[in-house]
Amino acid sequence: MHELALAQNIVETIHRAVPPETRKNVRVVRLQVGAMAGVVPDSLEFSFNALVAKTPLSRVRMEIESIPFVVECEACGQISGNDAGISRCLECGSGKTRIRSGTELQVVNLELEDFQEEAV
Amino acid sequence: MSIITIERKVLQKNDEVARRNRALFFSHGTFAINLVSSPGSGKTSILERTLQQLKGELKVAVIEGDIQTDLDARRIASLGAPVVQIVTNGSCHLEAKLVEDALSNLDLAQVQLLIIENVGNLVCPANYDLGEAVKVVVASTTEGDDKPLKYPAMFRNATVLMINKIDLLPYVDCNLEQLKKNALSINPGLTIFETSCVTKEGLEGWCAWLRSKMIFVGRS
Repeated sequence: MHELALAQNIVETIHRAVPPETRKNVRVVRLQVGAMAGVVPDSLEFSFNALVAKTPLSRVRMEIESIPFVVECEACGQISGNDAGISRCLECGSGKTRIRSGTELQVVNLELEDFQEEAV
Repeated sequence: MSIITIERKVLQKNDEVARRNRALFFSHGTFAINLVSSPGSGKTSILERTLQQLKGELKVAVIEGDIQTDLDARRIASLGAPVVQIVTNGSCHLEAKLVEDALSNLDLAQVQLLIIENVGNLVCPANYDLGEAVKVVVASTTEGDDKPLKYPAMFRNATVLMINKIDLLPYVDCNLEQLKKNALSINPGLTIFETSCVTKEGLEGWCAWLRSKMIFVGRS
C-alpha cells in the first residue's frame, strides 16, 4: 500500500504548480500509469481523494490513462504487448528486448476552471 | 478551462535524492546494493553469512530498513559491521531521503560495500530508487516458483536474483528450474545465485560476484 505515499507526491506536485489562491479552481489531474508500474489505480484514486478532502483541492478529479506494457525485440523486430510483464520476446524467444512502454508513473497535466476575478 | 502541463514523474523528488545518494556512493567508490524480498525469505541471514564470508577482506556496512524494531540491526552489529537502523514506523518501503539521512551516520570513506536491507515487501520497494548500483531480489524456495510472475515489477528492476533456502528443495513444492524460467521470462538479464544459509552452499559464488564489483568501482 504505497499508493498513499504516491498520492502525497501528486498533491505536492499540484501545490508546486498552482499558487494557493488558484488551487480551488483545479478540476482534473491527469496521470499516466503503466501496466507494470506496480500501482493499483483505484487505490491511488482513493488515497488522493482522502488526502484532498476538505482542502482547496477537494474538487479535483483524478483521470488515469493506463499505458499497456509493450516490448520490442532487438533480434526479430517484433513489437508485442502482454499483461503479464513478460520481457522475453513471445515471437522468437530472444531475451534481447527493449521495454517501449508500461512502466510510466507521471502527472501529465492539470485542468483548471478559468479564474474569474471578482469585481471590486 | 485551461491546462497546465506538468509531465513530471510522480516520484521525481525521490529520484532526485536517489541521484544525490548515487553521486555520493560513486565519489567514495562505494558499491551499494538494495536488497529486497518478501518477509522471511532470508535477507538478514544472507547478510550475516556475507559479512562472515567477507570479514577482513572487504569493508562492509549495512543499512537496515524495518517497519518496527531494531532486531535486525542488533544481529548485524554483533558481527562487528557498522550498521544503521531505519525504522519506518509502518511505511512499507524505504525512500531515498531515509537512506540519505541514514548515511550521515556512516563514514563512506571506510565503506567499500554498502548493503541496504529494504523492508520485506515485493511490491512497494520496486518503485523507489535509493541510489543503489543494483537491486538484488531474494526469492526463497518455500515461497514457491511463481513469485516472479506475481511480482513482475520487482523482478524486472533487479540485477541479481538469489534463490535462497535451496537446502529445503526436497521438502517444498517448488520447481527450481521453473522458478528460474519464470524469473528469466520477466527479466532475461538476471544473474542468478542459488544459496542456502544453513549449508552455506552457493554463498561463495555470490561473494565472488561481490568481489568482482569492487574492481568495478575502482577499489581493491
